[in-house]
Amino acid sequence: MINVKNLKKSFEKNRVLKGVSISVDEGKVLSIIGSSGTGKSTFIKCIIGLLKPDSGEIIVDDKDITQISDDYELMELRKNFGYLFQEGALFDSMSVGENVAFGLKYLTKVPKSEYKKIVAEKLALVGLVGIENMRPSELSGGMKKRVSLARVLAPSPKYILYDEPTSGLDPIRADSIGYLILDLKKKLNVTSIVITHDMSLAYKVSDKIAMLCGGNLVLHGTPKEFKTTKNAMVRQFVDGKREGPIKLVPTGIKTEGDDNI
Amino acid sequence: MFAYIGRNVEFALEQAGRVSEMIRSAFFWLIKSKLESQQTFLQGVRIGVASLGVTVLTSLFTGMVLALQSGTTAQSLFNEPVYVGVIVGFSLVRELGPVLTAFVVTGRAGAAITAEIGTMKVTEQVDALYTLGTDPIKYLVIPRYIACMVMLPLLTVFANFFGIFGGYLVSVKGLGVSSYTYISDVRTFLNVEDFMHGFLKSFLFAFVIATVCCYNGLHTKGGAEGVGKATTASVVTSMILILVVDYFASSILVSLGI
Ligand SMILES: Nc1ncnc2c1ncn2[C@@H]1O[C@H](COP(=O)(O)OP(=O)(O)OP(=O)(O)O)[C@@H](O)[C@H]1O
Ligand SMILES: [Mg+2]
Repeated sequence: MINVKNLKKSFEKNRVLKGVSISVDEGKVLSIIGSSGTGKSTFIKCIIGLLKPDSGEIIVDDKDITQISDDYELMELRKNFGYLFQEGALFDSMSVGENVAFGLKYLTKVPKSEYKKIVAEKLALVGLVGIENMRPSELSGGMKKRVSLARVLAPSPKYILYDEPTSGLDPIRADSIGYLILDLKKKLNVTSIVITHDMSLAYKVSDKIAMLCGGNLVLHGTPKEFKTTKNAMVRQFVDGKREGPIKLVPTGIKTEGDDNI
Repeated sequence: MFAYIGRNVEFALEQAGRVSEMIRSAFFWLIKSKLESQQTFLQGVRIGVASLGVTVLTSLFTGMVLALQSGTTAQSLFNEPVYVGVIVGFSLVRELGPVLTAFVVTGRAGAAITAEIGTMKVTEQVDALYTLGTDPIKYLVIPRYIACMVMLPLLTVFANFFGIFGGYLVSVKGLGVSSYTYISDVRTFLNVEDFMHGFLKSFLFAFVIATVCCYNGLHTKGGAEGVGKATTASVVTSMILILVVDYFASSILVSLGI
């Protein structure tokens, strides 16, 4: 399980996360929603160790990973995680096949002779066939995203952090990605955190949903609670209304009573 | 005014701290894990091949112009172009060979190192390396260090050879020095220490180039514009540092009798 307590993170003067506590149980799916720029990506980057939080605890399998300073031990822990980048982050010096196989070499003990089979299998999972020899620059935006997802799935991680898995995909593909996430949970007991703006995906796949706003947690509850809550901010966001307590201001996003939610 | 200096000193110290952290980390992964042999080989080929042509041309013409200048000066002083081979040989092997080759490698390979790593950084490919179980220092930086430190001394050997050859062409064909005199000048006055002097310095230069260019790449910020800035910074910083290191290394080596 992943248990994050009172996580704080600033970029210079910009206080992005102001003390967020969220947890996911083993084999469950948590979705994180919230306006653009509230620190959702920052939050999961802290979990996987791409960013160092200023304070707070991140407990994974009973270990507080913020307390580990040995590069090697951190690397070993990271091997349990898969991370889908918002922009894909495919290696553009390699072919699609090499991209998908990359993690197999470093994260697993799978023999090299099996790579080809696994790569084809994972690409098929995301609806792609026979594109192993293409270059990332030759793919469409949605295809890149799916190749990137195949690369995450290839080493069969125990935890998967998805940063907007369905953005840039058509509704049918998006739906099938939703099923894929559920399938991984059912068959392989994968624990997932899914960042998304797609409420129908969030309702479909989540055991719990967390909403962030202005660097604070607004609500952490089941999809049912999200559907029925009277919390004005959640209602505005989930129902997609321009009017409400969350104000869009030209420079970014400000919330009334920002610090005392 | 003092605040300004203070801020800059602080920034420089912070920078130095991060550079030494990168070097520490490079040693850590070098000892702790297997070398990325495929990447190292690829980088070696790239750096060596990319720079070979320019290195040869640069050193050839440097040797030629050295012979021309020293020959005509000697001619006007002594009525005879004496010691052209000695002057060309000495200046090339001890100074110009290593320094000019380092400049060429900075421009050809160093800039490419920063641009490539910098682009990977701003498109999160460096972060992706992390999440896929390898360390960017181990995967990107160490191969480039090794490639630079093997290839630069090798290229310097080529530079020395072609520079002396260029000097030969001008002396023998242009100034009328006998081919025997030129070659025996080079052979009797240049000794092993001179070659060691140049060789050791080219190792240091390679270290400087790899450090500066990898560091700037890994700390690139702000899209395409950032990559451009980082690349320029790499080339300028490397060149200045090469000259500074050259002076201090030379003075230490000379005092050791090398
Ligand atoms: N590396 C960084 N350096 C400085 N500021 C950053 C950095 N990464 C993120 N930020 C800032 O942190 C804030 C949150 O960014 P983040 O990417 O976490 O938002 P997000 O919730 O994922 O938004 P979106 O839904 O648009 O992806 C933004 O204001 C952004 O400017
Ligand atoms: Mg984001």
